[in-house]
Amino acid sequence: MNLAWRDIRHKLGRFVLTCLGLSLLMAVVITMAAMNRGQIEDATALVRSIGADLWVVESGTHGPFSESSRIPGDTREMIMRMESVEQAGAITLQTVQAAHAGRKLRLQVVGFEPGRLGEPVKLIAGRPITRSHFELIADKQTRLQLGETVRLGRDDFTVVGVTSGIVTLSGDSIVFMSLKDAQDLQFQQAPPSARRDAARGQQRSPVDLVNAVVARASPWVSTDEVAETIRRWKHLSVLTDEEQNQLLTRTVIERARKQLGTYMAILTVVSAVIIALIIYTMTMEKIREIAMLKLIGAPDRTIVGLILQQALLMGALSFGAGTALVYTLAQGLFVRRLVVLPTDIAMLFGVVVLVCLVASLLGVRAALRVDPARALTG
Amino acid sequence: MDISPATRPLVEIKGICKHFGEGPTRVDALRDVTMTLWSGEVVGLLGPSGSGKTTLLNAIGAIIEPNGGWMKLDGEVVYDNRWLRSDLRRLRLEKIGFIFQTHNLLPFLNATDNVAVVLQLAGRPREECIRRSVELLEYLEVGHRKDSMPSQLSGGEAQRVAIARALANRPRIILADEPTAALDSVRAEIVMDLLRKLAVEQQATIIAVTHDDKIFGRFDRIFKLRDGRLEDDGKAAEPDVVSP
Repeated sequence: MNLAWRDIRHKLGRFVLTCLGLSLLMAVVITMAAMNRGQIEDATALVRSIGADLWVVESGTHGPFSESSRIPGDTREMIMRMESVEQAGAITLQTVQAAHAGRKLRLQVVGFEPGRLGEPVKLIAGRPITRSHFELIADKQTRLQLGETVRLGRDDFTVVGVTSGIVTLSGDSIVFMSLKDAQDLQFQQAPPSARRDAARGQQRSPVDLVNAVVARASPWVSTDEVAETIRRWKHLSVLTDEEQNQLLTRTVIERARKQLGTYMAILTVVSAVIIALIIYTMTMEKIREIAMLKLIGAPDRTIVGLILQQALLMGALSFGAGTALVYTLAQGLFVRRLVVLPTDIAMLFGVVVLVCLVASLLGVRAALRVDPARALTG
Repeated sequence: MDISPATRPLVEIKGICKHFGEGPTRVDALRDVTMTLWSGEVVGLLGPSGSGKTTLLNAIGAIIEPNGGWMKLDGEVVYDNRWLRSDLRRLRLEKIGFIFQTHNLLPFLNATDNVAVVLQLAGRPREECIRRSVELLEYLEVGHRKDSMPSQLSGGEAQRVAIARALANRPRIILADEPTAALDSVRAEIVMDLLRKLAVEQQATIIAVTHDDKIFGRFDRIFKLRDGRLEDDGKAAEPDVVSP
């Protein structure tokens, strides 16, 4: 017979309630981990969506995700002329804020050349941009519907396609439009300002600027080799896909990740203390029964097993319930993406098991020190 | 009721001492206690509160360590100014059964499992544990409550389940601390009859601490303790020694 299970069954209601309480705490820890993973997913969503091997950016910069980067629009042709490059496309990135249907839309606009590298790889509804002007692909987070028109800058754009999960590292939705429209939106002056500059005799600044050129290397050439060739040109910088991902996850969102990590660590310590107190209390409540078991001859391993099994079962059930809570309820509660990966869950479960084992030490110590004669006292 | 003749000494203690505390707070609970108890005997341990009865019972039960003396249980010297065995729990499990004033049943096990747990600790197969537990409960006339939890048992039923647990591993020595204190006089008689029956059938020694004068007549011998010293052991006749 399993003494741990019998004891739990005897006070099942209280055990279940304790597990439920702990599961809420664990759900918070898992949510933190999921937020951390979601932050990485958000930060790299655009890079993954475009699927480029190389990001060619302004010389001496780390590209448009971390700082200002402007290069001439014809850089694309120059890159494309390289034998080792299979595809290339120019892109622009800018943040706009627009009012639509009584709500504020905060968007990052990606301009790309339709039919070339830079457009989103996967749409969940609608079609790619086929006209050179005034069509828009929006992320479903914007709640813009297919066929809906939204005003950005001085033009109206019609939503023709919908993507899913493509947001910026700060959680803003990303929309895609033609490069020309995006350049106009970014560089074209408002009419009063343009008239004023013309009256002052100033020439209009050139608008054929892009923020980056994305390229895909030919299958038979290594990406690093192509990157090395481009770096020799001095007037351009280049980041491989891996470098871009590292830059985004280890530099751009590093502080936010560290903060979440610290919060998670604190929560884990709090959980450990709470689990230790619960197990200690559970042990002390049955200290007389433990003394009795010792008195009738139960070895220490039976006593330790009783406590550890209860602690591990409590940890496992609470973790299971916490995970289920995150999967079913938490996903809709947070505005930012939560990503729960099986590897993260496995790792966190390992931590919970470890925490339960360590937290049991207080209870085990108390149980091993109890005098069997205690069973004889009234 | 027949009294079985004693055949050999099961408990022999010589010069057992036990004190608690040191200096001005020192209390001598046992002073040079010497006694020999025989198989099949039911022995009473009497004395006022604080006389050392429970301490003596705990020392014989290897629950507390004396400060000096010599002790032989079931033919094995277990204490000679120090414990000679490191596995005292094993000693308790195999040779000693405990019955307490309150039943002290494990509240999370039913009656059968409360008995079976000691058999399981001794390494018996599960089926055998259950079979023997049910047999014991039926023998003690509580078989009909074998699935009941301790909280569902009356005082008498719980005490009989506790006795069944004490007997499960066929111990040679049964230590009973106020076994009838929680029972009415009728049930107290039943329990004492039962203990005597067990002593005869299993050739065990039963040592009972009691204040219950109604059951004094049920003991073969009575030892009186006062201030940690044994006053006398002479209520009954000397047992018939066959092989000391």
